Amino acid sequence: MKAMVELYIQQFKTTLTMMFQYRASLLIWMIGQVLEPLVYLIVWSVVSASSGGSVGSYTTADFAAYYIILMVVNQVTYTWIMYEFEYRIREGGFSFALLKPVHPIHSDIADNVSSKVITLPVMILIAAGLGVVFHASISPAPWAVAMFIPVLLLAFLVRFLLEWTLAQAAFWTTRVGAINQLYFVLMLFLAGQIAPLTLLPSPLQAAAAVLPFRWLISFPVELLLGRLSPGETLVGLGAQVAWLVVSIVLMRIVWRAGLRTYTAVGA
Amino acid sequence: MKYLRLFGAFLRASIVGEAAYRINFFIQLFESLLSLGISLAGLAVIFSHADTLGGWRPDEVLALVGVYFLVGGVIGLVIQPGMEQLIESVRNGTLDFTLTKPEDAQFIVSIRRVEIWKLMDIVLGLGVLAAALVRLGQEIGVLQAAEFVGMLLAGAVIIYSFWLILATLSFWFVRVENILVIFQSMYEAGRWPVSLYPGWLRYGLTFIVPVAFATTVPAEALTGRLGWETMLGAVAMALVLLVVSRVFWRAGLRRYSGASA
Repeated sequence: MKAMVELYIQQFKTTLTMMFQYRASLLIWMIGQVLEPLVYLIVWSVVSASSGGSVGSYTTADFAAYYIILMVVNQVTYTWIMYEFEYRIREGGFSFALLKPVHPIHSDIADNVSSKVITLPVMILIAAGLGVVFHASISPAPWAVAMFIPVLLLAFLVRFLLEWTLAQAAFWTTRVGAINQLYFVLMLFLAGQIAPLTLLPSPLQAAAAVLPFRWLISFPVELLLGRLSPGETLVGLGAQVAWLVVSIVLMRIVWRAGLRTYTAVGA
Repeated sequence: MKYLRLFGAFLRASIVGEAAYRINFFIQLFESLLSLGISLAGLAVIFSHADTLGGWRPDEVLALVGVYFLVGGVIGLVIQPGMEQLIESVRNGTLDFTLTKPEDAQFIVSIRRVEIWKLMDIVLGLGVLAAALVRLGQEIGVLQAAEFVGMLLAGAVIIYSFWLILATLSFWFVRVENILVIFQSMYEAGRWPVSLYPGWLRYGLTFIVPVAFATTVPAEALTGRLGWETMLGAVAMALVLLVVSRVFWRAGLRRYSGASA
């Protein structure tokens, strides 16, 4: 445990300096992260305004709050590991990471967290600004706010592990674009990005509840919006923990199989 | 004429090159269909809760999606690959070889790389457009069709000039790929009529990153909701940007010193 803490402290020292080098790029990449939810926010606001001020249980102000929180949750939980992994394996750079005595996932986590230390304050400022512009308001119960932190952390961990596992598809094929795109489509529809899940047709809602996607983005957002009862929150928390276990097991299985097939291309 | 022949030659070279990777055809087909599927499913979700979107009927938004794919296909087919290569060749100095060619260098850098599989997006875009027009059941007069083609051309010229200006920045700043990322994010917003967006974003998408001219304006021409002021504006903007980008390109070339070749 102590070794792990020391490892992470050292990792953060290097990755933070590294990420700080890329601060301009990090900010530019954020434009997409802001713009996509913003577009859906605007589209749904227009729909809501034209149908008497609400769609389903969402008023125009609720849509604003929903998408602004979603923007932040997505920023906290997102990864770019699929591109990174594909590049590493295609260029053979992964061989160096394998020489190190620790599992490479730790340096990837440190990378990811460091980038967010830099971008998250900016994102929160943007979210606050948009909240004012679009008159978003939320009134969650104090317990929901308290629960939001662990729920968000779990969402980050599960999403990171799942995407890290998915990224290992690059061990078998270096053309992973189609696989990634399929995953993004599922995220778009089943994690509540294209619309709040309750506005989707019920088969999709059912699929979203069984699959991990809802628990990665939509669930933390709904919690902070104050739309979940304590019971529903506990069920969601249980689902997150269950998916955490599943994703750890999956990650280990795929990792072992992947390593066996790995032959450094290009290096 | 000579230019067309040159473009034909680059196109043939690219087809020959890609023919070795036929699996890419299926990958691109899958990705394009998926991307179109997202758009259509998104529309289905939204129009299951509303009859019109900011005054646009479902089939009109469908026409817009067609235009979005069509123009996106043209960008992906030739504009983006060429400009990315330009940035790359300014950085590593290989632009020298282009400059020694007897033809106009701007023309060559603009057409020398063709990603032929992106033709798929163009075909899909045309298909969606045709489906939308049939469903609209509306007579498209010669005048309206001409307006549409005119606006599409103006939009393409605007987007091309805009990309050229961005890519030309690489003569001054070596790392500009990230600026291109901004364009890609902003282009996504062109899936929807820009009239939906609040003022500041609408102006941004019209004048700062001119996405509106490439998607919303041609779709408006097709659905007969375009005033002549906008049409004149689009044509004027296209001409001005074309000239500005040319001037900018020449200024950039004067600065170019063949970094390391």
